Amino acid sequence: MQDFTLLNQPDVWELWLSFWRFEDINALWVLMGSLLLGMGAAVIGSFAFLRKRSLIGDALAHAALPGVMTAFLLFHSRDPWIMFSGALASSFIGFFIIDWLPKHTKIKPDAALAITLSFFFALGLMLLSYIQGLEVENKSGLDKILFGQAAAMTQDDIRLLAYVTVFILLVVTLFFHKFRLIAFNRLYAQSLGINIAFYELVLALLIVMAVVVGLQLVGVVLMAAVLLTPMAAARLWSDNLKTILLIAGLLGALSALISTQISYLAPAMPTGPWMVVSLAILFVASLLFAPQKGLLQRAWQQRRLRHKVAEENLLRTLYKLCERGDFHTRSFSLAEIQALRAMPVSRLQIHLQRLAKNGLVSHCPQGWCLTDAGFEQASLLTRRHRLWESYLNERADLTPEQIHLQAERIEHILTDEQSRQIEAELSSTQTDPHGQPIPAATAKSGDAR
Amino acid sequence: MTTFIQDHLSDLWILATASLVAISCALVGVFLILRRQSLMGDAISHSVLLGIVLAFMLSGTRDLPVLLGGAVLIGLVTAWLSDSLHKVGNLQKDAGIGIVFTLFFAIGVILISLYAGQIDLDQECVLYGEIAFVPFDTIIWGDMENGIDLGPRAFWSIAIVFALVLASIWIAFGRLQTVSFHPSLAASLGINVLFWHYFLMTLVSLTTVASFDAVGAILVVALLVIPAASAYLLAKSLKNMLWLAALYAEVAVLTGYALAVWLDSSISASIAVCAGLLLFLTVVGLQIHKLRLQKRAVKTLA
Repeated sequence: MQDFTLLNQPDVWELWLSFWRFEDINALWVLMGSLLLGMGAAVIGSFAFLRKRSLIGDALAHAALPGVMTAFLLFHSRDPWIMFSGALASSFIGFFIIDWLPKHTKIKPDAALAITLSFFFALGLMLLSYIQGLEVENKSGLDKILFGQAAAMTQDDIRLLAYVTVFILLVVTLFFHKFRLIAFNRLYAQSLGINIAFYELVLALLIVMAVVVGLQLVGVVLMAAVLLTPMAAARLWSDNLKTILLIAGLLGALSALISTQISYLAPAMPTGPWMVVSLAILFVASLLFAPQKGLLQRAWQQRRLRHKVAEENLLRTLYKLCERGDFHTRSFSLAEIQALRAMPVSRLQIHLQRLAKNGLVSHCPQGWCLTDAGFEQASLLTRRHRLWESYLNERADLTPEQIHLQAERIEHILTDEQSRQIEAELSSTQTDPHGQPIPAATAKSGDAR
Repeated sequence: MTTFIQDHLSDLWILATASLVAISCALVGVFLILRRQSLMGDAISHSVLLGIVLAFMLSGTRDLPVLLGGAVLIGLVTAWLSDSLHKVGNLQKDAGIGIVFTLFFAIGVILISLYAGQIDLDQECVLYGEIAFVPFDTIIWGDMENGIDLGPRAFWSIAIVFALVLASIWIAFGRLQTVSFHPSLAASLGINVLFWHYFLMTLVSLTTVASFDAVGAILVVALLVIPAASAYLLAKSLKNMLWLAALYAEVAVLTGYALAVWLDSSISASIAVCAGLLLFLTVVGLQIHKLRLQKRAVKTLA
């Protein structure tokens, strides 16, 4: 298969340099426009996401198509404002139908979305094919709004784009508190006397506007992703809506930057798909690497918890061994340990070595021995375990077999404060339900780890 | 009579192909509507583009089994990936779907523009399909010179898929019915709901890929969802709904073809538009009926 050769041409580098020397004023315009669009769409799309209507942008973008075609048929011109009004009108009709169908017929919301989307799109395509059969001027380039072509944008288009996106960002800033309240707690907003219907309409109008001005750049088919993906990625980074919106805007702008660069260097490339691909890459990166909510971080934390649990269990086993020997010796062989806590020797070695690193056990002639710090830690854990068992036995009316499993889990997360509370509530803190003595709290029983 | 058939042979092939496409889509769509998976149908029909492009790039042919394989694979990946995004990434279901299918479709479009001229596909045919050219790409049995012309390739691919869809519904009717109407009952009866979910997704992928030649990637959604939704409004039982959906699809094909001839517009788009208009008429009829009933109720009360 023949490779794609465009990027290997020697002048690509020069072209790129000249772009950043801002020699091509038109390219600069396109860049500004797409940056604004990326931000505006991401911010307004976030609210659609919060209202659990992530795919509304998809349907509205498809619904704009027949409006554009009708406007062209009526006025025979490609003036941006005419196109914009046509698209706005038909998107709004689409929005109305999506809302109306589930309320008045048996049709479910998701089906209403799919019906509106596909019907309007078909209508638009039918009109487009009809126009292409007509003998009219200016008709070339109409089909560019299907996939978006940044290079085909005129200065008028970009001026309109800039006005509309700045307007969107301003309105969002102005009504931010109301929008946030409605997005998170509709009922509460209603009880405060906020006119929900009005703000929902404003929000819908803003979404429609963002979708419609984005058509030239991103295209009908893929507009959904520009609204949806930045928010999906941004919410992994923070829990604060303001921060999330800011990040979503940045991600949107970044993807716009990447895609217009590619479209500038290889003019045959449609802009929209590249924008979607770069957004998806940003999303996957966020999903993996975001702090706290990222998958890698989560996996790492789980691993750490597993290790902690395994090591603490081991310490408790060592304590039990000490107990059996009436605390005469603190050193035991691997076989002795294994008899009480069954696990492969290799894993046992690894855990013991990690404990040794923390100064809790040390090597000795017989095998391994608990250090003073290790013994203290082990008795603390055993104390928590047995306190919890006594507590459950007294209060929860469970059999001793049941309570052991519960205590196995809780001993790792019980805090000092909690164990003191349990101690205060228990009648006897001498022995646990199995009859084994509960180790006394040492002077400095502060959680060592 | 024979001269009439010969004169209109290509029209007949187009109509036959379109009917099979529309009816297969409508039958599968019935289950999508009932299982509230319309958006998954939307997503799969978009992703299938990537499946076709990849299958073509890797194998270099447009043979039916290769395309079907690629499309089914990518369809299942779409369904699985959006499900896992929903579970692992803690995303809303439709958001997961939206991210996955836009990405797959975008990659498909990029690949097409990268290898433009080498793939027998372009952005136009992704959107409209090429049902008008269907009669020219025929399968010939035997050698090129004096073999028997068996008819258009697209017709035979959709015919095979249509047979598959019909057979699946025939054989698994009871299971599909339980799973569609009462998934929790199905689960409690020991039916593997997950299996039937992916089975349905496989049928959707098969249907969309076989319809791709004829109507393009996006108009398939209209054929999947709209006739089935119209039938859903009227039907009283699953069997009833399947028949009605097929009927709606066939009427849409006939009127759509007439509309396309009259306006000289794209055939596939006109069929989808007619399906939408039929749904519109149904909804209007139902609303009028509802109003009448209300009026009568008021009168009897008064």
